[in-house]
This record gives sequence, C-alpha cells and structure tokens, in this order.
Amino acid sequence: MKRLITLRINGIEEELYVEPWWSLSQVLRDELSLIGTKEGCAGGHCGACTVLIDGKAVMSCLYLAMKARGKEITTIEGLRGKDGALHPLQEAFIDHFAVQCGYCIPGFILTAKALLDENPHPTEEDIRAGLNGNICRCTGYVKIVEAIMSAAANGRI
Amino acid sequence: MAVKFDYLEPRTVQEAISLLSRHGCAAKLVAGGTDLLNEIRSKKIVPEYIVDIGTIPGLDSLTYNDSGTLSIGALATLRTLETSPQLKAHHAVISRAAAQIGSIAIRNVGTIAGNLCHASPAADMAPSLLALGAKAKIVGPAGERTVTLDDFFAGPGRTVLANGEMLVEIRVPAMPPQAKAVYLKHAIRGSADLAIVGVAVMASLNEGCSRNVRIALGAVAPTPMRARRAENLLEGKIPDDALIENAGRAASDECRPITDVRASADYRREMVKVLTQWTIKQVFAENKQASIEATALM
Repeated sequence: MKRLITLRINGIEEELYVEPWWSLSQVLRDELSLIGTKEGCAGGHCGACTVLIDGKAVMSCLYLAMKARGKEITTIEGLRGKDGALHPLQEAFIDHFAVQCGYCIPGFILTAKALLDENPHPTEEDIRAGLNGNICRCTGYVKIVEAIMSAAANGRI
Repeated sequence: MAVKFDYLEPRTVQEAISLLSRHGCAAKLVAGGTDLLNEIRSKKIVPEYIVDIGTIPGLDSLTYNDSGTLSIGALATLRTLETSPQLKAHHAVISRAAAQIGSIAIRNVGTIAGNLCHASPAADMAPSLLALGAKAKIVGPAGERTVTLDDFFAGPGRTVLANGEMLVEIRVPAMPPQAKAVYLKHAIRGSADLAIVGVAVMASLNEGCSRNVRIALGAVAPTPMRARRAENLLEGKIPDDALIENAGRAASDECRPITDVRASADYRREMVKVLTQWTIKQVFAENKQASIEATALM
C-alpha cells in the first residue's frame, strides 16, 4: 500500500505517495521527473544514480525512498545557483570537454562535489580513488579528473 | 515485476526483535540495504516485510572502554570505520579493510552488521575481525548472548542468528602490545570488486619470535575461516623465509575454495599461499619498523 511521505529535494519539500519497495532513484525519475539522475546497472556498481544525501554521495538505486525521509537530498538539478548559473564543477566539466555521451556525468559531478566538500585540496590520486565507484565508458576518465582538479584549484566549490 | 514488501520501522531494538519474531522468515532485517536491495532485486530473497533498523538511535557508535576494547555498533557505516581517527590509531586494520569495500557511495550507507550478516564468504570485514578475535553481541527474544566471530558464520549467506535475533554490536579486544595486523585483498578491480582471496594476519614479534599469531582467510571456504595450522606453525618460532613459506602452504592446504566466475579453486588455493606469505611478511615488516621507531625515540 502506498504511503504518504515528505522528501526534501534540492531545498524543496515534496509530498508524495510511494510504494515501500520503490528506490529513491525510481521516485526521483518516475514520480518527480528529476531525470538528471540516471540508472545504469541498478546494482550499485556504476555510480550513475549517485545523489547527495545530507551532503554525502549515495547510490540512489540501492536506497529505499522510505529511508530518505527527513534527509536533505541533492540531485544534479539542485546544483545550479539561485541565479540559474551552472555550478563551478559543471562549468569545469564543460571547459575541459569531460563530457561525451553524458549519461554518467551527473553521478560523476555529485561524487566530485561530495569529495571536494570533504577535501577541498585533493591530489590527483585522491580524486581517482574518490571516483572509484563511477564508471564512464566514453572518456577514459582523464578529462573528468582534469576538470575536477581545475575546479578544486580554482577554489570555486 | 518488482518484489513487493511492506516496510516496518522499529524505534528500539526490542521492537525490532518482536517484529522479527512475529513475522519469522517473511521478514528481513535491513540496515544500510546495499547488499539486501540487490538480493531482493535479483529475487534471491523475496521478503514480505522489511524491518529497517536504520533509525534506531545509539546503534552506530564506536567506543573504546578503559581496557582498550572496541565496541562497534551494528549500524556503524563502513565509511565511519574507514575514517575514524581512533580506529586508525588502535585498530588500523579495520579501517583499512573497510576502505576496500565498494565505493565511497556504498561505504556511506553500508554497515558493519550488513557486511557480516550478509555472510558472504568474501565479506571484507570478516578476516580482519577474525584475526583480531572479535565477538558478536546478539540480542533476541530470549535475551542477549555473545558468540566469537569464529562461530558466527554458518555457511554462505547463513549465520547463527536464530529467528528474532539481531546482531547489535561487534566487540574487538585491544591488540596485544606491539602486535600489528594487515589485510590484503586480491581482486581484479580493487575495492569495487569482490575478493578472489582475502587474507588477514595479526602477529607480534617478541625477541625475534612470532607471538599472538592469528591468520584468517576470506572467499576460500563456505565461510570466512581461521587458518589454524598456519598459525600454529608460526607461533613462538623465528619467522624466517622458509617458515613463512610453510605457513603459506599450510593455509593453502586448509582452505576449501570453490570455482566460480571470479576464479578457479586451484587458482584460489595458489593465491592463498602467496597472499598469506605476503601478508605475514608485511606484518613483520611493520613490527620491525615500529620497533626501529621506538628505539629511535629512546
């Protein structure tokens, strides 16, 4: 039976009915049309569904929507500034041509955001270790790492 | 078609136990859920009820008592274990093992209890905790009991937890003075991958002889296991290369690996030999390094 829950997503309270077995990724995409969150493997291996929960990177495909009540959820749609400007990490990904097909990118950017929030001055090794759960089949990662390094170096986070 | 279940959210351990007792096999306890949701999705398990203990207060703490015993709450996340300064200082091997599970996004949610109760033979937390002599505190309808982690695992995916029981805490004794411990994981894709073989060794060096030797293996038997013959070979002796080689061979002889998608049984057996030797050598190298540093400080 569906339950009425409240989720706080990108600073906005959303009241909605969910089935207890729905994952957060499913609710974000199918109920709230926040389709920036992608589902790749649906098993926690690819990182495409990464969102931030209370500032920490989480695989939303392995996270029940019921569990997300009372928490602060940030999706890629929530990274824009109030003026609508792209987030510095998004700008850096564009500047460094870090995007090819783009499917994995929301997950990469949110993983990078959590990483830089925790460690504003990472080494390349820190970044590569931090991205270990995100898979990109196009870019070979080099430009993604460069983009994150540059965003960190510019202190733009 | 998705597996449908109802979602129950106990506020206390007692409430969780009564829900588990009432619903028996139809109920499945969930902490972080990173393993469980995969199992449900692939229909390996089809629960009617999910009992989510994630919001029970006080179950996620890491504390040391006066004698140096570490208590890890069931809901402590793998990321908490990985990053805890206290753990890095006193039980560093636990931190390092936790860092070898999945990605940060998995470790932010996955818990120690989940890793152990899922009871994968390849569970990365198990070998280190076995080597450290950890115990599992279990609460159930009949009250509380404590079992050594050696006795906790019953088979692939099975533990000694009876109907209505739940793991609430892992207790890890203080490491013997001067003891070091190392966990080495052999996997193709690092932490994101399951271990082909995992080896944890704890030992100290006392006047050149090895003491307090405990060796534990992962992914090479129906449950994580101790390599007691290898331990006995080393204990009290001078760990020269020949002895370490024999210990590796003994561990290889006593493991019971299977062939699966990740590796053949023969390969695992060979890797147990190699990895056990490497791990032992690394432990004694750390011992010697610590003793050089201690001497330098005098």
